[in-house]
Amino acid sequence: MKAFISVFPSRGILMGCLWCALFCGTFMSQLYAQETPADSLKLIHLNEVIVISAGKQLDHQKQRKPLSTLDEFLESSLSINMVKRGAYAWEPTMNDMASERLAVTIDGMQVFGACTDKMDPITSYVDVSNLSEAQIGSSQQGAAFGNTIGGGINLKLDKSNFKPTGWNGSVESAFESNNLMRVFGGELNYSDEKFYLNTDGIYRKADNYKAGGDREVFFSQFEKYNFSVNSGYKLAADKSISATLIYDEANDVGYPALTMDVSLARAVISSVSFNQDTLLGNFTNWESKLYYNNIKHVMDDTKRPDVPIHMDMPGWSETAGFYTQANFNKEKNHFFLKLDGFYNKSYAEMTMYPADSNEPLMFMLTWPDVRTKDVGFYAEDHIAFEKASLKLSTRLAYHSNTVADDFGLNSLKIFYPEMDRTNTRFLKSFSAQYHKMVNDFHFNGGVSYGERAPSVSEGYGFYLFNSFDNHDYIGDPDLNTESSADANISVTYKKPTFEITAAANYFHIFNYIIGVVDNSLSTMTIGADGVKIYTNLEYAQLFNATLTGKYSISNAFKLTGNISYHRGIDDEGENLPLISPISYRSALDFYKNQFSASLSVDGAGEQTNFNPTYGETKSAAYATLSASFGKRFFINENDLFVKAGIENILDTYYSTYTDWNNIPRMGRNFYLTISYSIN
Amino acid sequence: MKTLKYIFAILILSVSFVSCSDDNDETPMEPNPVEGLNKIYEFPSADHSVEIYSEKTALEVGYNEISIRIKDMASDKYVTNAAATWMPMMHMETMEHSAPHSMLSNTESNSVYKGYIVFQMPGNDTEYWDVTLNYNLNGQAMTETHRVSVTQPADGLNKVQVFMGSDDNRYVLAYVNPKTPQVAINDFQAVLYKMENMMSFPVVENYKITVDPRMPGMGNHSSPNNEDLTFNPTTKMYNGKLSLTMTGYWKVNLKLLNQSGEVLKGEDVTESNPESSLYFELEF
Repeated sequence: MKAFISVFPSRGILMGCLWCALFCGTFMSQLYAQETPADSLKLIHLNEVIVISAGKQLDHQKQRKPLSTLDEFLESSLSINMVKRGAYAWEPTMNDMASERLAVTIDGMQVFGACTDKMDPITSYVDVSNLSEAQIGSSQQGAAFGNTIGGGINLKLDKSNFKPTGWNGSVESAFESNNLMRVFGGELNYSDEKFYLNTDGIYRKADNYKAGGDREVFFSQFEKYNFSVNSGYKLAADKSISATLIYDEANDVGYPALTMDVSLARAVISSVSFNQDTLLGNFTNWESKLYYNNIKHVMDDTKRPDVPIHMDMPGWSETAGFYTQANFNKEKNHFFLKLDGFYNKSYAEMTMYPADSNEPLMFMLTWPDVRTKDVGFYAEDHIAFEKASLKLSTRLAYHSNTVADDFGLNSLKIFYPEMDRTNTRFLKSFSAQYHKMVNDFHFNGGVSYGERAPSVSEGYGFYLFNSFDNHDYIGDPDLNTESSADANISVTYKKPTFEITAAANYFHIFNYIIGVVDNSLSTMTIGADGVKIYTNLEYAQLFNATLTGKYSISNAFKLTGNISYHRGIDDEGENLPLISPISYRSALDFYKNQFSASLSVDGAGEQTNFNPTYGETKSAAYATLSASFGKRFFINENDLFVKAGIENILDTYYSTYTDWNNIPRMGRNFYLTISYSIN
Repeated sequence: MKTLKYIFAILILSVSFVSCSDDNDETPMEPNPVEGLNKIYEFPSADHSVEIYSEKTALEVGYNEISIRIKDMASDKYVTNAAATWMPMMHMETMEHSAPHSMLSNTESNSVYKGYIVFQMPGNDTEYWDVTLNYNLNGQAMTETHRVSVTQPADGLNKVQVFMGSDDNRYVLAYVNPKTPQVAINDFQAVLYKMENMMSFPVVENYKITVDPRMPGMGNHSSPNNEDLTFNPTTKMYNGKLSLTMTGYWKVNLKLLNQSGEVLKGEDVTESNPESSLYFELEF
């Protein structure tokens, strides 16, 4: 692959890649949603939508494991991989890019984790009980949610939305044998044409899990609960207001891959919105939202044996924001316009307790109260032709970071004596996506350009320890804006019983931000190997290709499969970290007479393209086998749904490229889910 | 309605009253030249009294900035033309020696005589420090010797070093600034004297002192962008930069180099040698 990339000069690579992608016979990485879903997705064209809502839609075929964690749901997506530091709070990656390069939102709201070590991706602050679906847009198709390079994920909350369903409720419970995870959940909803109220709660508690061969993974326990309330009121036939409140708290969360655990991760997420069917005559679906969220994250090393020095590392992240959006249709043009903005405060500190208790405490600000302001305008035009469509979109944003704390500013000035307190950027994104149908073939192709500002850690982090490569990281406030030019292409051949898609995408990322070792600096963390400074590489290249197939053997049996290839190299041809080896997944699903069953295999090839500089070791090839069985019963008017399954049937001991410090994954696991809903 | 009127009237009155008192406050106050300093000694005589001030609450081993005022009892004013000089002296059981000190000057405020003394050791029951003051009072030359108490700093941190260099000269190196260290790049200042004999401590010029701050409690890590201490001919002190990346206990490892770059005292900090024999200690 290296050879393939090097034949292209650094400019004009986009076209070259398009041709190469065709030549390779592998195409775009995502399933492009061919038909715009009629519901609330409006005109946002998404690459993939994962249905989540646990008890509500009871869509058994799509849910092999209904009460699994949100992390497991996201992992089932074709375009998302999850980086794991333990059994909980996995970090989503897309197109081999993680949090900093993705726009992840909850119901359109910007939420930022409060942990300097990425132990709380925002997906950890909601649960499946809250959500109806995850909307996924690759590359600039995700720009509707925010500035992004790799793509966007929006976790859409589940709401009754004035459906005349009256009262209904459900209780659900699940148990998993491997880590003795207990899940209890319930919800109570009322909805009529004028008013709705949704409430739900879920509680999970898990002990340490065991990897293949019954090997216990210590510090992999967790406990979490989540409550949410959603309500809406119709002011008039075409006007409504709604409000949302989510409270999420996790305690005693173990991170076996890290040197610390978490004693508290707490989020309060709230919003009020106003919806109106039309605006000024021409606009439709006008929606405006004001939101606020507050996150507190406290790391804890008191339960670990042999810590060289005890540390307290709390972090806070507070965000307030708004958006207002509407559709506008004119002949063949379907416009979607959105104005959004947020203000975020990120603050994290570290207190170290010296062995000699007469010495004063060692204190530093690891995030120096960084205030981020962002105001953006997003517009897209979806133009429908006969058997073809073109989507053009753009996001223009003003983005600024200010270090509000003088202590923090002076700390950073040790490294950057000339740095300014405030850094302002103008971020741009453009994309064009074309879709054409020729007989049974669907062709998709697109090019896009996007920019992103450095994350708080990349810009302002102060001695953040990364246990993966065992280095301390220092941010650089003067980093250049990272930008990406990318192209994607896919071909789908679609028959009533049969569908195959080949897809590929290529990203050429300029000013790629990554930690680079500075040998002149002395490590702060005891036992660390060195200090890395976040630096702009001249460029980096990422290539992803997938082949996906679906086959309906009969009405009852369906076979699906996909295989993907990924490659990422920097400007010197060195491997980028956390890039997937060849991976595959196949499943046989059965569904008849309210009975469902599935047998699936997941696996990956040997990771040949790894980089020891980033702490990577070669992860070996593996394959795991899983099965599930479900049955739905009707008791009077009510619904009882039972689902059981076995994951990793052969109890394989394995770890994948996304497993932080190669912690092994869960061994054989039996699970049972029971959900009872009262209509 | 009437009540409202009254309230309004009272409001106006009170506002004007407040503004009046504000006006009064604006009359410039004479700045107190010993503002923020502690009066640690007052030596009264028949017709005058000598006041000794310091930023600290007592005289301590190390660098002490000292301010002196002489009050003329007859005029109840502080003397401005005293032309004061001083000489600190340690009285040990078998010998006597002085201490490095600056001249006294009254350039900032004409009634306050300011200078500093670097005390190398504390006093005890049998050994003590005194300071001899010479000054003019109403045209009359006066000499007074006052015994003073010099203690080890309460925090027990080493901020002065008396040592024999590899050139067989005895040196005194004392920490001056930062007085309140910050997590930042601090302006670092020290004074260096050579001990010619028991009574004479000339300033050493144009040597260099390398700076390597370390945190022994946290893996003995260092910090970036420190600057070596170099001589400033105007202040007669050595100036450099000291980066402190977090609060806590820091050991500032030093190495003294003469004009030709030869190391007179101190060693590099390495894996096998965690500290230099020449150092200061800091806590904040």
